[in-house]
Amino acid sequence: MITLTVNGKTVRAREGSPLLEAVRAAGVEIPTLCQHEALEPWGGCRLCLVDVTRPEWNGWAKMVVSCMYPAEEGLIVETHTERVVETRRVVLDLLLARCPETPLIQRLAREHGIEKTSYLPNPEPTDCILCGLCTRVCDHIGVFAISSVNRGAGREIAPPFHEAPPDCIGCLACAEVCPTSCIPYETSDARRTIWGKAFEMVRCPKCGKAHITKAQADFYAGRNGVPRSYFETCDACKRQEMARTFSKLSAGAVGGMETGKQGNRETGRP
Amino acid sequence: MRIDSRERFDAAVSEALAGREGHETEILVCCGTGCLANGSQKVAEAFAEEVEKRGLKAGVGLFTKKTGCHGFCEKGPLVVLQPSGVLYTKVEPRHVPDILDKTVAKGELIPRLLYKDPSTKKPVERYAEVPFYKNQTRIAMRNIGKIDPADLGDALAHGAYAGLAKALFEMTPEQVIAEVERSGLRGRGGAGFVTARKWKAARKAKGERKFLLCNGDEGDPGAFKDRSIMEGDPHSVLEGMVIGAYAVGAHEGYIYVRDEYPLAVVHLSLAMEQARQAGILGRDILGTGFDFDIRISRGGGAFVCGESSALMRSLEGKTGEPRQKYVHATERGLFDCPTVLNNVETWADVGAIIQNGGAWFAAMGTDKSKGTKAFSLVGKVKNTGLIELPMGTTLRHIIYDIGGGILGDRPFKAVQTGGPSGGCLPESHLDDPVDYEKLTEAGSMMGSGGMIVMDDRTCMVDVARYFLRFLVEESCGKCVPCREGLKQMLVIYDDLVAGRGRPGDIERIERLSAGMQLGSLCELGKSAPNPVLSTLRYFRDEYLAHIEQKACPAGICRDLTAYEILESCEGCGVCLKACPAEAITGEKKALHVIHQGRCISCGACYEVCPTDAIRFFPKAELAPAAAASRGGAS
Repeated sequence: MITLTVNGKTVRAREGSPLLEAVRAAGVEIPTLCQHEALEPWGGCRLCLVDVTRPEWNGWAKMVVSCMYPAEEGLIVETHTERVVETRRVVLDLLLARCPETPLIQRLAREHGIEKTSYLPNPEPTDCILCGLCTRVCDHIGVFAISSVNRGAGREIAPPFHEAPPDCIGCLACAEVCPTSCIPYETSDARRTIWGKAFEMVRCPKCGKAHITKAQADFYAGRNGVPRSYFETCDACKRQEMARTFSKLSAGAVGGMETGKQGNRETGRP
Repeated sequence: MRIDSRERFDAAVSEALAGREGHETEILVCCGTGCLANGSQKVAEAFAEEVEKRGLKAGVGLFTKKTGCHGFCEKGPLVVLQPSGVLYTKVEPRHVPDILDKTVAKGELIPRLLYKDPSTKKPVERYAEVPFYKNQTRIAMRNIGKIDPADLGDALAHGAYAGLAKALFEMTPEQVIAEVERSGLRGRGGAGFVTARKWKAARKAKGERKFLLCNGDEGDPGAFKDRSIMEGDPHSVLEGMVIGAYAVGAHEGYIYVRDEYPLAVVHLSLAMEQARQAGILGRDILGTGFDFDIRISRGGGAFVCGESSALMRSLEGKTGEPRQKYVHATERGLFDCPTVLNNVETWADVGAIIQNGGAWFAAMGTDKSKGTKAFSLVGKVKNTGLIELPMGTTLRHIIYDIGGGILGDRPFKAVQTGGPSGGCLPESHLDDPVDYEKLTEAGSMMGSGGMIVMDDRTCMVDVARYFLRFLVEESCGKCVPCREGLKQMLVIYDDLVAGRGRPGDIERIERLSAGMQLGSLCELGKSAPNPVLSTLRYFRDEYLAHIEQKACPAGICRDLTAYEILESCEGCGVCLKACPAEAITGEKKALHVIHQGRCISCGACYEVCPTDAIRFFPKAELAPAAAASRGGAS
């Protein structure tokens, strides 16, 4: 562990961990839009900018994105210097022009003193801020169904050729991580649709709940080499099953469970 | 023959030199991209054919070769005869028999093919006396135009790989780095990072695999120096890279070439193949046991892939987008291995530095910028082309002595350096010595050496808009300030040139620029406001005229400019023919008239009028009736 200062407050952090963690540990709030604890940092939204300096830099400071800058011993972090706040404001002003009707952006902008964008509001308002969380979570799962396409002002998130994505398994992770909830989907016991692709649902053999798509069950089973039936049971029922097993174990009734026997022997429990 | 010792290397050079002794005259036909476009391939073929036909080869000792870019693209196709040094410009296949009969056989000159100095109007006989060449010092481009890039022997005869032999046979890697450090060489790609410092860091970095990269993704509008080096002397790049690899301890290298440079890929591949066969590249280089090989990777044409982290991602097979770097590439670069990335020109300098010593290189240039620098001189200048000069040369010397001044002797207005990341410098900076620091201080940058000269018929607001339009297309769009900022900046500029500018626009531009400079992820976004801020700094009046008077002082912005014909019109009818909108009428030898309702303000009439009888003025001054009729007509 190393020690650094955030807005004058001393905090401890893992060396090399993202500075943002230390900032949050210090109880300081800074906005982020493209960061998610389950994913590698990306540095695209630029809202988590902070000034960092060291005593030996003689007053010189550099602006870095805290989601990616590695924590170092003795670093002095300032999260709300004039230029940091001003740059954050420009970014939010630009995002508000892009997404004039998006509540999250409106709120963040307002918190930074912007009621109306100083730029040309998007004539075709969108809720997508191009934070890349959806494509990154999709890549992380290993599906690679959607990606960002085109560059610059024409950048957008889309499935290949704007058609129903062949690789999509309908897991909804992209919609789940989207900070502005702008990926539409529908789900029912019978069917789920997302990205223009329809999925058949699998019902849990125990409770009957339609909790997963067939494509998901196939994908997980194929990737992990675990029988498909394992994924067909819903998480809630799996947990109940597990709880029952453990309670039986602790009651000493191990009832022919291989793993139970082994565990029993190793722990020396009766 | 595979070269596996110092003796064998010296023997190969002697052999290459001996092979040329039979040639009394060398005919060098420039086959750089500019001259090829002007038909030099046919000229080269005509020479080969005529020489063959006349059976001259044996008797007179003639030798024709196709070379890389001579640099003087303005006057191509170029032919240089050696050893006499006679330069012929704008040569066509039909001139070939004459050149052979008169100049080659009898030493007579052909006046109409000689270059004429525009200031003295006198023909210049020798290549070395042409002001365009006379004022240059060529290091990175030392062999371009002299050698046949497809012939390793020719390159060896011209001193190629002598620096490599010296490095491998006489120096330790540490000594090589020290020599480069002594030279003061800094990155020729634009940022000007000290080359030796990069190499040292990479040498020190831990890692089993280390990479050496060459950035040939030159994408600035108007820049073509790297292209000419790769096409005209690929060996200089390979030599520098092998020396660098030896110094750093790398065994794998990549040359990243933009896809728009097919000839560069052909020549580099050929040079690599020949170098491998000769034992200069690949396993056991020059018999020293050192291994290093290079692969070529062709970029997909994205400007942002010239940015180092985007280039590396592209090489990794991922989308060419930059990633935030808080760890230097020399520690964690390509595939997270220690990596040295240098520009084509930087690599081309290395061989000469090792061969002649760092002190020789450092003797040229300024305090902090040493050696020479290649520039692509383009725009409204008489002698466009490729030049290389000692650092510290003034802009005035470049534009007036080498460039020959402004086309049509119009007034100079600005010079744009450094491409879309650079800025526009006005007349008051013409006497600035060109080096990294001075250009940055003045609000521009060295960039990759593009130099675009502009005359008084240039609207600086429009120039800034041009670069914005380029960048809007080329921004990768990953980070908000660059993607959204450029889009919004362009909206403001579209308004300015259309007469929709509002008070406060300048402040909005400045505020947005600051946000982009501080907030953007990579150098593309951080430097994107440079064309905007430099024009604002030096030509604020023009911005104000656009906003307050709705006028374009240079008469370029069409929505703000009207044209009319003056009484002095002689009725020659040239403008009438040039007008694409049929907006001009008039009898022969009588005053012509522009019909405002049909005029599209393209300025074609103004450009062609031989008697300067057409003037432009702010459209806002047009009588309301005329303005209305224009509105009605359009």
